[in-house]
Amino acid sequence: MDDFIAARSQMALSLGFHIVFSCIGMVMPFFMAIAHFYWLKTKDPVYKNITKAWSKGVAIFFATGAVSGTVLSFELGLLWPNFMKNAGPIFGMPFSLEGTAFFIEAIALGFFLYGWERFNPWFHWFTGVVVGISGILSGILVVAANSWMNSPSGFDYVNGQYINIDPIKAMFNAAWFEQALHMCIAAFAATGFAVAGVHALMIIRRKNIKFHTMAFRIAIVFAAVAALLQPLSGDISAKSVAKRQPAKLAAMEAHFKTEKFSPLIIGGVPDTKTKEVNYAIKIPGLLSLMTYDDFNAEVTGLDRIPEKDQPPIAITHYAFQIMVALGMLMLALALVYLIALFKKKNWLTAPWFLKLFVAAIPLGFIALEAGWTVTEVGRQPWIIQGVMRTADAVTPMPGIRYSFYLFTAVYLSLSLVVIFMLYRQIKMVPKMYDVPISNPAISKS
Amino acid sequence: MMLYVVIVYLWVALLLYLLLGGADFGAGIIELFTSEDNKAKARKILYHAIGPIWEANHMWLIIAIVILFVGFPAIYTTMSIHLHIPLVIMLMGIVARGTAFAFRNYDAVTDNMQKVYNKIFVYSSFITPLFLGIIAGSAVSGKIDVHADTFLSAYLFSWLNWFSVTIGLFTVSLCGFLAAIFLIGETREPDERKRFVRKAWQMNIAAVISGGLVFVSATSDKIPLVQWVFGNAVGITAVAAATVSLIILWYLIIKGRSKSLRLLAGFQITMILLTTTYKHYPNIVILKNGGYLSLIENRGADKAIEALALALLIGSLFILPALVYLIYSFQKRDNKGSLSET
Ligand code: HDD
Ligand code: HEM
Ligand code: HEM
Repeated sequence: MDDFIAARSQMALSLGFHIVFSCIGMVMPFFMAIAHFYWLKTKDPVYKNITKAWSKGVAIFFATGAVSGTVLSFELGLLWPNFMKNAGPIFGMPFSLEGTAFFIEAIALGFFLYGWERFNPWFHWFTGVVVGISGILSGILVVAANSWMNSPSGFDYVNGQYINIDPIKAMFNAAWFEQALHMCIAAFAATGFAVAGVHALMIIRRKNIKFHTMAFRIAIVFAAVAALLQPLSGDISAKSVAKRQPAKLAAMEAHFKTEKFSPLIIGGVPDTKTKEVNYAIKIPGLLSLMTYDDFNAEVTGLDRIPEKDQPPIAITHYAFQIMVALGMLMLALALVYLIALFKKKNWLTAPWFLKLFVAAIPLGFIALEAGWTVTEVGRQPWIIQGVMRTADAVTPMPGIRYSFYLFTAVYLSLSLVVIFMLYRQIKMVPKMYDVPISNPAISKS
Repeated sequence: MMLYVVIVYLWVALLLYLLLGGADFGAGIIELFTSEDNKAKARKILYHAIGPIWEANHMWLIIAIVILFVGFPAIYTTMSIHLHIPLVIMLMGIVARGTAFAFRNYDAVTDNMQKVYNKIFVYSSFITPLFLGIIAGSAVSGKIDVHADTFLSAYLFSWLNWFSVTIGLFTVSLCGFLAAIFLIGETREPDERKRFVRKAWQMNIAAVISGGLVFVSATSDKIPLVQWVFGNAVGITAVAAATVSLIILWYLIIKGRSKSLRLLAGFQITMILLTTTYKHYPNIVILKNGGYLSLIENRGADKAIEALALALLIGSLFILPALVYLIYSFQKRDNKGSLSET
């Protein structure tokens, strides 16, 4: 493996790992806050148990999210020093604000985890909400940094020099809003389906049905709402990509030929030699309509983009297809849930219904990773779109492949341990929280 | 003006990481050197003492890093390139330690896995500050050679030298010392207190020995450390103040007092950081053949510095009251003695 590919793979691995933990760390506090709210309102101890069980999960994910994030802040320099040397001062604004958001999140988490029975219950509840809000803020900020790489602004690039730097302008670049919105919704969809699925599985296994049913209900509502909104936000993203990164859009769609009345290409195997997409479904005119709201609009194809500026077409195209397909699938699941909720109450407890949601556990996270692959691979060969090439940014240190092997081993074992821990957490639910109602002494506490 | 705000924040972030993070690492180091049957107790006291603020501790490191890459990108990248290997090792330490800490406290089942988490926790508590010290030592050791043409001289000898390694060991003992002092204040029973006093004593001796070794290795590596420390009024004053406060500290410990110990220990570390950085300021990286990287000459664009300073100032408005209240609330809890858990 050559060092450049190793550096890219290590970056992708670290981010792909971090994103899972950070999304859960970002979204779970809201689930917790809802359960906690019901506990304070209804005094039903099951809600308290749900809150406590989830808060342990949050603590585990927060810690892993935090360490993997710390690794990232060093990796930017360890792997891409020439990028950071120039970009650091320009796109650093969101990172410096993010520091504040993280800090508040960490402090609030300290209050929340260690504050049971210590503070006014509503103050305690509020600290949990603060954990969630500051988590979302950090997510938005870091995505604003990433969107700057897609849509650089806030500086002038003259003769290889970066001048007239304006960090505020750089932060509010043309892509930040679309990306941040899409990212946040994705976090809710992915985490919501995963959490709901796990609880559905427990209901099927007939364990602590009450506990898991209530937990399922909280998670699935978030997931369903997010899944309904996601395609809308994705459409906004696609329009914005068309404007700022035509090469990325062309690669996503495997759209080889610039033309008016462009077809939307669904699925298929792009062949870069013949410039054809085989076995695909093509819907005439739809791509033009979707990107420019006009059947006759011309959509730039790969033929207008010099070979050396083209992203890897196949990966970008497949990743985009996977994301959209899973997005549609999750939309369908959300509709099934809503129908069950309002029209067919008997579905809610049917095994096929629960199994459907068990099957959906990984969907959101797969879509999430696929979406980032579209964004990042679709930006190649640029690290800063149109300004700096990724190959010019990489560290001069040789032997990065060993570092990549090391990180792979560490992340693999970390993932295994986290899965193992969660498994134990869930396995212990009956022992720790399944309190027979006839024992009021314990269930009150 | 704004540049100085940023520099002060960088220094304070490093200091707080050394103090709070250091006490946190030190607790693991103490555990490493505690006999098997006392470990569980030490661990329990430790968890109650650092649990609530644990998540916030390593934020100081992240803030320092962000300040470096936004404000002083050339320094950040030079260190990233030439100290790649120790940085990666330190990162591995941080990852292992952070996750082991979380796992041992939040694992739902208590069984043999706890032993595994503990092992990982204590060893990484040793490795992380060791390499942190090595990195800091290398920055000023004059061994970083930006024109090196072999792998070894560019990426290995930049940090693998006696001076850096002894600074690493010195950092480890300081962390252990801080933690022991911190834990003395947390103990309720005379027996426990005695144990931590003994630990503090051992760590203090270790710090003196490794500190001495730093001077020896500095001489053999031709680093004018003596002149840096004693060649100016600030250095001499700080060393004197640290020495006096150390004597007061031990006097108070022997008298059986627990108040102000932390402040005194913190004061000493502050003085040590002050002496070691004052003479260099503003050159925080010293290169081979007399070159250096100055905070002033290598600052990023003015607008970036301004925005960074503003972000830091505004951030502090939110963070400091919350952090103080957090520490205060849990201090109060401990004094009441009600150790309710999650
Ligand atoms: C649960 C996850 C998920 C789901 C169901 C979808 N997406 Fe997505 N998508 C993401 C998760 C995601 C993401 C991982 O969060 C990305 C990567 C960067 C970003 O801003 O969001 C992303 C990026 C992304 C981009 C590239 C943005 C850019 O480069 O700036 C486009 C055009 C879309 N998405 C479009 C869609 C469409 C049309 C969907 C229709 C259903 C869709 N996404 C569903
Ligand atoms: C968490 C979500 C993210 C994922 C899963 C992700 C994924 C990836 C992938 C797959 C690559 C490799 C691209 C290639 O080699 O073709 C990459 C590269 C990179 N990403 Fe991201 N990315 C994410 C977010 C971010 C953010 C928020 C930033 C910065 C603020 C960022 C900065 C970079 C950099 C600097 C590179 C290396 C240069 C490059 O290959 O373009 N990424 N990432
Ligand atoms: C799209 C990509 C990213 C998202 C959505 C994201 C989001 C988050 C969130 C929500 C947290 C809080 C941890 C938790 O609650 O579990 C976090 C932690 C962290 N992230 Fe990321 N992050 C992303 C990429 C990055 C990148 C590229 C960097 C570094 C350059 C980074 C640095 C950090 C750091 C240092 C922490 C630890 C903060 C702490 O100690 O609390 N993140 N991230």
